[in-house]
Amino acid sequence: MTAVSEAVTSSAIRTREATVRRFALTDTIFRTVTRLSAILVLVLLGGVAVSLIAGSWEALSKFGFSFLTTESWNPVTENFGALAPIYGTVVTSAIAILIAVPIGIGIAVFLTELCPRPLRRPIGIAVELLAGIPSIIYGIWGLFVFAPFLQTTVQPFIINLFHGIPGLASLFAGPPYGIGLLTSSLILAIMVLPFITSITKDVFDTVPAVLKESAYGIGCTTWEVTRRVVIPYTRVGIMGGVMLGLGRALGETMAVTFVIGNAHRISASLFAPGTTISATIANEFTEADGELYTSSLVALGLILFIITFIILALARYMLLRIDSRTGA
Amino acid sequence: MSTAASLHRSRKRKNAVMMALCTIAAGIGLVWLALILGALLYKGLSGLSLSVFTQMTPPPGDAGGLLNAIYGSIVMTVIGIVVGTPIGVLAGTYMAEYGRFSRLTTVVRFINDILLSAPSIIVGLFVYELMVRPMGHFSAIAGAVALSILVIPVVVRTTEDMLNLVPNALREAGTAIGAPRWVVIRSVAYRAALSGIVTGILLAIARISGETAPLLFTALNNQFWSSNLNAPMASLPVTIFQFALSPYEEWQQLAWTGALIITLTVLGLSIFARSLTGRREDR
Repeated sequence: MTAVSEAVTSSAIRTREATVRRFALTDTIFRTVTRLSAILVLVLLGGVAVSLIAGSWEALSKFGFSFLTTESWNPVTENFGALAPIYGTVVTSAIAILIAVPIGIGIAVFLTELCPRPLRRPIGIAVELLAGIPSIIYGIWGLFVFAPFLQTTVQPFIINLFHGIPGLASLFAGPPYGIGLLTSSLILAIMVLPFITSITKDVFDTVPAVLKESAYGIGCTTWEVTRRVVIPYTRVGIMGGVMLGLGRALGETMAVTFVIGNAHRISASLFAPGTTISATIANEFTEADGELYTSSLVALGLILFIITFIILALARYMLLRIDSRTGA
Repeated sequence: MSTAASLHRSRKRKNAVMMALCTIAAGIGLVWLALILGALLYKGLSGLSLSVFTQMTPPPGDAGGLLNAIYGSIVMTVIGIVVGTPIGVLAGTYMAEYGRFSRLTTVVRFINDILLSAPSIIVGLFVYELMVRPMGHFSAIAGAVALSILVIPVVVRTTEDMLNLVPNALREAGTAIGAPRWVVIRSVAYRAALSGIVTGILLAIARISGETAPLLFTALNNQFWSSNLNAPMASLPVTIFQFALSPYEEWQQLAWTGALIITLTVLGLSIFARSLTGRREDR
């Protein structure tokens, strides 16, 4: 009797042990697969860096450091320099950020402090939907609607307005093409506005209500609360959002390619056509013949990668700081 | 007393001015959205007809449709999602479940966030060096791989966030009845976070269905019907790019119509995705 029950229990123990072993094995497999997937994300970024360096090696070894300081971009004589695209990228992004940041912060203040409650969610969603629209839509709109509008109305007006004023006159020198650096900057501003707005709004929401309430309690106006309490408290987060917007603007391709004019030269006038790193790659890559030409375009990509990597890393670092503060 | 009163007045005035500016800023934001959507509807709707969905892209100066471009976009988007989603979900699972407190997770999260906003044209260059150059020709599969690389960070991010929202009590209950870790993850954590993970996938579809830059020199373009994954394939965004910059009226009209189709798809997907998580928040 006892022998039988012992046999039963021991076989039960054996199957249970087998089950546990099987569980342990499948768990290890699943764990390893998920871990490998996580590592793959790292490999991807590493792969991007390695492939860009490998692809641009020929151009970089031929031109060396002067690649960064040469304005000439001549496929015929195979003489390439990145200065004009870098200039265009930096100028368009900087102007876009200068326009988008005050408006973005303004919208965030409106959404968190002023907007009637029932409208908050719809307007917030509308702003985020604007962020989701593909950049090629902004491009086609910029080319067919916005650029002709600027060309026929705004640009002639500004050219006449600043005519004869030193400095400003050359900054806004004609003729009004419609397309050019300023048009690209404006399109970029419209594009990065939703990013900056939604992040600013999110970090504004992290301000403890008691801080704002105590400021209101001693009689501060809404503007004073925003200026003296909300913005100082969220400064790091706002900077993170601005950097993230800047990262977007620097790397934006399609919207800019349509309206920049793709001219490899640096001109003082913001109305003149120019080019950016991403627009140059998008316009010329498939038509590039010759190893050196292709390699120079990949080198442009490498420069863009390094710039955006630094900007985005800074942005994430700043946003992490505000996250850890709210978590604590 | 009078200085206090005038100070009060000037503070109120300043407040009114600044708040008015903020309201104007919000107005500007909404006006852009309205202007862009308005132009898109106005120019796109006039060219929207059945032939857009039944005919191939025409030669210059001819009437036609966008069938091969729409087909190419769908094929590459589907492959991109099918390849990218499992990797993204698994990586997100590691970060939220097995390796929640590990060093690797912190590093991957940081790198993933950078990949999330990295310029998509860089991804195009990467896949060009990785696939197009060794293979010697442009191909639809290279385009799909480029899109899948854009899918991964979006899915990783949402999967990790959503799994982190699952209460630990649920996992502990699963472990307490003897379920191994991966069964708990599969049957408890995934199930609880399902709508969030699906939202992430929908957002990823929305993101890649409008992407142009990574396809320009991976999948290239194709004026004809092609279902060969090893050959260049047309896609809606690249076709729009080519047609919009052309001098032909018919092509420009098709570009607007294509732009309208993409925008409606993307907006529809985003709104649907939002409604999935919106319901969760209300509950």
